[in-house]
Amino acid sequence: MAILEVKDLTKSFGKTEVLKGISLSLEEGQVMSVIGSSGSGKTTLLRCINFLETADSGLITVDGDVIFDGNDKKKRKAKETREKQLKIGLVFQQFNLFPQYNVLDNVTLAVKLKAKDRPDYKQNRKQILKEIDEKALRILDDMGLSEKINNYPCELSGGQQQRVSIARAMALEPKILFFDEPTSALDPELTGEILRVIRELAAKKMTMVIVTHEMTFAKEVSDYIVFMDDGVIAEEGKAEDVINNPKTERLQAFLSKISD
Amino acid sequence: MDFSVVNKMLFEGSIGQEGGFLHNIELFAVTLLAALPLGLIIAFGSMSKFKPLKLFTKSIVWIIRGTPLMLQLFIVFYGPGLVFGTPLFVGAEGRMKAAAVAFIINYACYFSEIYRGGIESIPKGQYEAGQVLGMTKAQTFFRVVLLQVIKNIVAPMSNEFMTLIKDTSLARVIAVVDIIMVAESFSAKGIIWPLFYTGLYFLIFCGALTIIFNKIEKKLSYFKS
Ligand SMILES: Nc1ncnc2c1ncn2[C@@H]1O[C@H](COP(=O)(O)OP(=O)(O)O)[C@@H](O)[C@H]1O
Ligand SMILES: [Mg+2]
Repeated sequence: MAILEVKDLTKSFGKTEVLKGISLSLEEGQVMSVIGSSGSGKTTLLRCINFLETADSGLITVDGDVIFDGNDKKKRKAKETREKQLKIGLVFQQFNLFPQYNVLDNVTLAVKLKAKDRPDYKQNRKQILKEIDEKALRILDDMGLSEKINNYPCELSGGQQQRVSIARAMALEPKILFFDEPTSALDPELTGEILRVIRELAAKKMTMVIVTHEMTFAKEVSDYIVFMDDGVIAEEGKAEDVINNPKTERLQAFLSKISD
Repeated sequence: MDFSVVNKMLFEGSIGQEGGFLHNIELFAVTLLAALPLGLIIAFGSMSKFKPLKLFTKSIVWIIRGTPLMLQLFIVFYGPGLVFGTPLFVGAEGRMKAAAVAFIINYACYFSEIYRGGIESIPKGQYEAGQVLGMTKAQTFFRVVLLQVIKNIVAPMSNEFMTLIKDTSLARVIAVVDIIMVAESFSAKGIIWPLFYTGLYFLIFCGALTIIFNKIEKKLSYFKS
């Protein structure tokens, strides 16, 4: 069964129809890249799945659990939404790190707050917090940030900040991790370190959905590529097929424009 | 005249009575104590998604900030008596209370604008990061946003505090005996230097405020928003 299932998702801002019925599905451990020109609705799609926007209609299922149903109009409790939210992680284009916390605290803050809901929190507080720190340190080590755990975001390069934000998302153990153009805010020479981290996550069978303009990277890292155009999925398929043998004119035009 | 007697009088109004600079400080402290939290409530009102509340709050703030504090002092002091027939504020204590009410309302409105500016300058991405990480709205506000807001408002608050201590002298228009009023009574007797001495008190007070605010600013300089 697919770990992520999106059916007929639509979203309008006022009169502008941004998502015009998006359906996609992703297997556990696979990587999907979403490509398409700017304004085609890629960010909106990610934001709808991550509850930063509320879709107008459609269905989103994660790991068999319906996290959004456009037909179910009754308002969900904030706590329930938060629980569903935690199944998925999002890495922002602009990092959005918390400036007043050092690297380690950025990674552990939300996990520690969440741990307060555990029934054994009062009894085992020290042990729980210690385990959270240890796990965060392991993740940061994987990201090559062991040296930086006590630094503040303003003391880091853009690439390092983005790695912290990936670590922060990973610390919550999401089922699926979403990236919205994770390298677009970076100087070209810094994109490599982010792509390497994502490649390593892919090798560890992390399920990911990546919006990206890096075609070579998309082809290499993804199992599946979705091409969005004007609010619809205009073409999709196995990564090599989509990049090497684009069938639609729109994708051909997009790919030739991007390779210029 | 004896130096120490004058010094004492600048703090006492007339001998044996509280007043002078103590009144300025009292008004300063009472205003801050009430207006700082009240301003936050007004700020949330003026940012409310509920349009009528937002419009109402913004109108109040506009009126208070658009009219002189001196006028507001008169209205608070004389208003209740003229409208209801019996004055609400009587005696020296009453006048002080009236001054406090006018100052609190006035400064709460100014503070609310500072809070609003500080809160609105926090990028949306901070709230969204909190939400995506499964934090509650309260957790995001108190653990993520608040300190950044405080950092943003330290400088404008410092200005406002200094304006406030100097503004407290305005209370004399409803006969609150403040330090300038005392000093002036000396100059009527032909002694000029208490006026300069008074200036020194304000300078020292503002100097202390500057030092404190610089300390806070420095404490928060370890991060950049
Ligand atoms: N909050 C919003 N309000 C109004 N229009 C929006 C909003 N967010 C996005 N849009 C519009 O939706 C369209 C798709 O935007 P977006 O999803 O950001 O595209 P992409 O990420 O593919 O560049 C754009 O035309 C954009 O102007
Ligand atoms: Mg986008």
